[in-house]
Amino acid sequence: MQRKLVKCTINGKYTETVVDVRASLTDMLRNDYRLTSVKKGCEVGECGACNVLIDGECFNSCIYLAIWADGKEIKTVEGLLGPNGELSDIQQAFIDEGAVQCGFCTPGFIMTALEILESGREYTDDELKKLLSGHLCRCTGYENIFNAVKKTMLKRLGKL
Amino acid sequence: MYDIKALYEAESVENAVQLLTEHPEAVIIAGGSDVLIKMREGKLAGCELVSIYGLDELRGVTMEEDGTIRIRPLTSFSHITKNPIIQKYINVLGEAVDMVGGPQIRNIGTIGGNTCNGVTSADSASTLHAYDAIMEITGPDGVRTVPIHDFYISAGKVDLKHGELLTSILIKKESYENYYGHYIKYAMRNAMDIATTGCSANVKLSDDKKTIVSARIAYGVAAPVPIRAKSAEEFLNGKEATAENIAVFAKKALDDVNPRTSWRASKELRLQLIEELSKRAMTEAVRLAGGEI
Repeated sequence: MQRKLVKCTINGKYTETVVDVRASLTDMLRNDYRLTSVKKGCEVGECGACNVLIDGECFNSCIYLAIWADGKEIKTVEGLLGPNGELSDIQQAFIDEGAVQCGFCTPGFIMTALEILESGREYTDDELKKLLSGHLCRCTGYENIFNAVKKTMLKRLGKL
Repeated sequence: MYDIKALYEAESVENAVQLLTEHPEAVIIAGGSDVLIKMREGKLAGCELVSIYGLDELRGVTMEEDGTIRIRPLTSFSHITKNPIIQKYINVLGEAVDMVGGPQIRNIGTIGGNTCNGVTSADSASTLHAYDAIMEITGPDGVRTVPIHDFYISAGKVDLKHGELLTSILIKKESYENYYGHYIKYAMRNAMDIATTGCSANVKLSDDKKTIVSARIAYGVAAPVPIRAKSAEEFLNGKEATAENIAVFAKKALDDVNPRTSWRASKELRLQLIEELSKRAMTEAVRLAGGEI
């Protein structure tokens, strides 16, 4: 079995681990680092449940080889919590808007929302829908999720 | 875990050529959004991979001294769309690749992978055909170039010989200067879907914006590989930019294409789409070029 040392920063903390070269980044984050917010959904890059931020951009970690994470900065939902476990604004918005039901798609959506929010831009409704289109939700429909992201965007921009 | 027999990580283009020569059965993996899915499906299960994903020298878009636009093959779709050179000179390419999959796929998928897998539905391929792109290939015998039209051999097969990899996509100044283009993707959904048929048209108008100096149009899923409608283009060249001429042009395009029936759509629907999309894409291209229709 071929293995490789992967050095990367996960949720602000520098880490190293030796991974099987056949592992996806989902495998590494869940098994080596116990970051179980990264869900295994379709495992073919369609549902977005495994979405994480790599160097500030969203990637489906199921179709990203773990070895490629070497030297990268990775962020998962676990990295959003405050020092005493406080929720971030976008997580709270998902609760307030009823955007969570079974919760399986939620971490992926939150990370895409984070990329949207951190751009500091104000998007139109159509742009937001397109930016959120890489995720599947089978419970709530998308309206509440869309509202949560839109309201947080407007709040951050001081427009709500 | 993926069913990978062995994985070799290239450290440079030279090293990639060496690894591919040493491991003749190995498949190149760039972003992996095709290769890993095929592996999961079982089609590529148990194969050897040469990963070029780490080669930053194969990323980015630059302008050469003679005005040629050089697109490095590992540039992701989202970075093509955001690139200022693409936005200024071939905006239609950025728009076309912004219709691939969803946002996460556009961050991992590469324009090189989109062409090298030889798939007719690739959203970048029709626009690259319509702009006479030139593929720069590096292999054991050095660097060679081939026009994109000749690069596609048959469905799923491109002109990459043993030990070779795509190292640049080139678009010459005369191929893009004063051309304005428009791409239409017809699919069942607005995201995470593959084109039923795609159409990319571009046009150069005379100074008074009334005559079509040069028109080019290419399609995805109108034949086993992306294809140009050469006889239709010839008809339109030198004609007045009118709705009537474009309608005749769109009809003529049907003689140049060869779509088939697949589970996505019938041949008849695709023929209807080709005529309609040709008309709409060319009309929009003329409008973008400053013409009035």
